[in-house]
Amino acid sequence: MTTQADIDREIQAGLDSSREHQPRLDYPAYRSSILRHPTKALQPVDPEGVELWAPCFGHSDVGEAEADLTIQHSGEPQGSRITVSGRVLDGDGRAVPHQLVEIWQANAAGRYAHLRDQHPAPLDPNFSGQGRCLTDADGWYKFTTIQPGPYPWRNHLNAWRPAHIHFSLFGTDFTQRLVTQMYFPGDPLFPLDPIFQSVTDPKAREALIATYEHDLTSPEFSLGYRWDIVLTGSHRTPLDTDEELA
Amino acid sequence: MSAAPGQTVGPFFHLGLPYEGGNDLVPPGRAGAIRLHGRVLDGDGVAVPDAMIEIWQADPDGKVCRVPGSLRRDGWTFTGFGRAATDADGHYWFSTVEPGETQPGRPPFFAVTVFARGLLDRLFTRAYLPDPDVYGADPLLGAVAPARRHTLVATRDEQGLVFDIHLQGPRETVFLSFPKHRGVWA
Ligand SMILES: [Fe+2]
Repeated sequence: MTTQADIDREIQAGLDSSREHQPRLDYPAYRSSILRHPTKALQPVDPEGVELWAPCFGHSDVGEAEADLTIQHSGEPQGSRITVSGRVLDGDGRAVPHQLVEIWQANAAGRYAHLRDQHPAPLDPNFSGQGRCLTDADGWYKFTTIQPGPYPWRNHLNAWRPAHIHFSLFGTDFTQRLVTQMYFPGDPLFPLDPIFQSVTDPKAREALIATYEHDLTSPEFSLGYRWDIVLTGSHRTPLDTDEELA
Repeated sequence: MSAAPGQTVGPFFHLGLPYEGGNDLVPPGRAGAIRLHGRVLDGDGVAVPDAMIEIWQADPDGKVCRVPGSLRRDGWTFTGFGRAATDADGHYWFSTVEPGETQPGRPPFFAVTVFARGLLDRLFTRAYLPDPDVYGADPLLGAVAPARRHTLVATRDEQGLVFDIHLQGPRETVFLSFPKHRGVWA
């Protein structure tokens, strides 16, 4: 059985040999990736047609209440209530307005409300762990949820994921599509986690960690975390944005 | 500004991403509806039962849709976006229509993104309609080695189109990088 010490050595080898801002797809310390990563170079291509535009979502798609994961059931969920908020920006620092943000996460005990999660921690009947919202005109999103717990997984013996919230994002063109995970500051599990460490550049890894922000904390209600998300650049020039397609 | 890194969707994405009607861009069985379907396979040719496919496409006239309504479909509005998780056999399917040309002379395609447990970042590809006459004129199909070109082209079956996705191996699908990804992709 692979131990944490084995994985630590593999992680260290990755850090010693590269500094990449995006996860390495070929990253065997994450065992499930071995047969699931492409081995051939990505084919460079200029985006055209639909790729220059992103799907459009509106208030008919997403209800206001979906941004609050603590009110989906009759009772209050267990755990610490938190507010997670920030801005979605494109690679040039422009806000991504009125766009869909989706999240899913474990409950306070580190258990997902998912059949495949067999971690013997309690399910919470008052917490499903999924939410959606639209960014506002300045690219801001905001969720009210519960601090998720870290959880064990079977990558190797005694493997634990640092606490995280899964995020799914769209930009203004389809090439900016991003699915990632937000982490919490100071987690002792960071150096041990092959998913987090698959990003071998330390500055890039920091971009996945929210900051505690007292101004987002609500008195006697919830702790506040700020997490801004920068997407890759849009391939449309700003002038194109208002242009109608034929 | 440097882009946030991607991270895998993991094994529990069904909780947050697939949704009712996500794979029905048009109601199945409606006149003109086709099925676009296929399997996602790993480097051993084994089905990937925890992958998710998104498609984004023009309408049959080649128009790029800019209307909301993909998450709560009204059954009438064509939004061009769909999302489907694979089943236990690695199979995904959409009910949709064939996209038209967005630019004269360019073969139409579905833009496709692939997510999976074990895949640390999303992958982009294209599923072109079967139409061998115009391949040479297309910058992507023209640039790809002829032996791999077929991985980007759907084939026809009785209900519509088949597009398998091989994450790895001798039949590995051609995956794409766009100019603004380079540098961050290294
Ligand atoms: Fe997770």
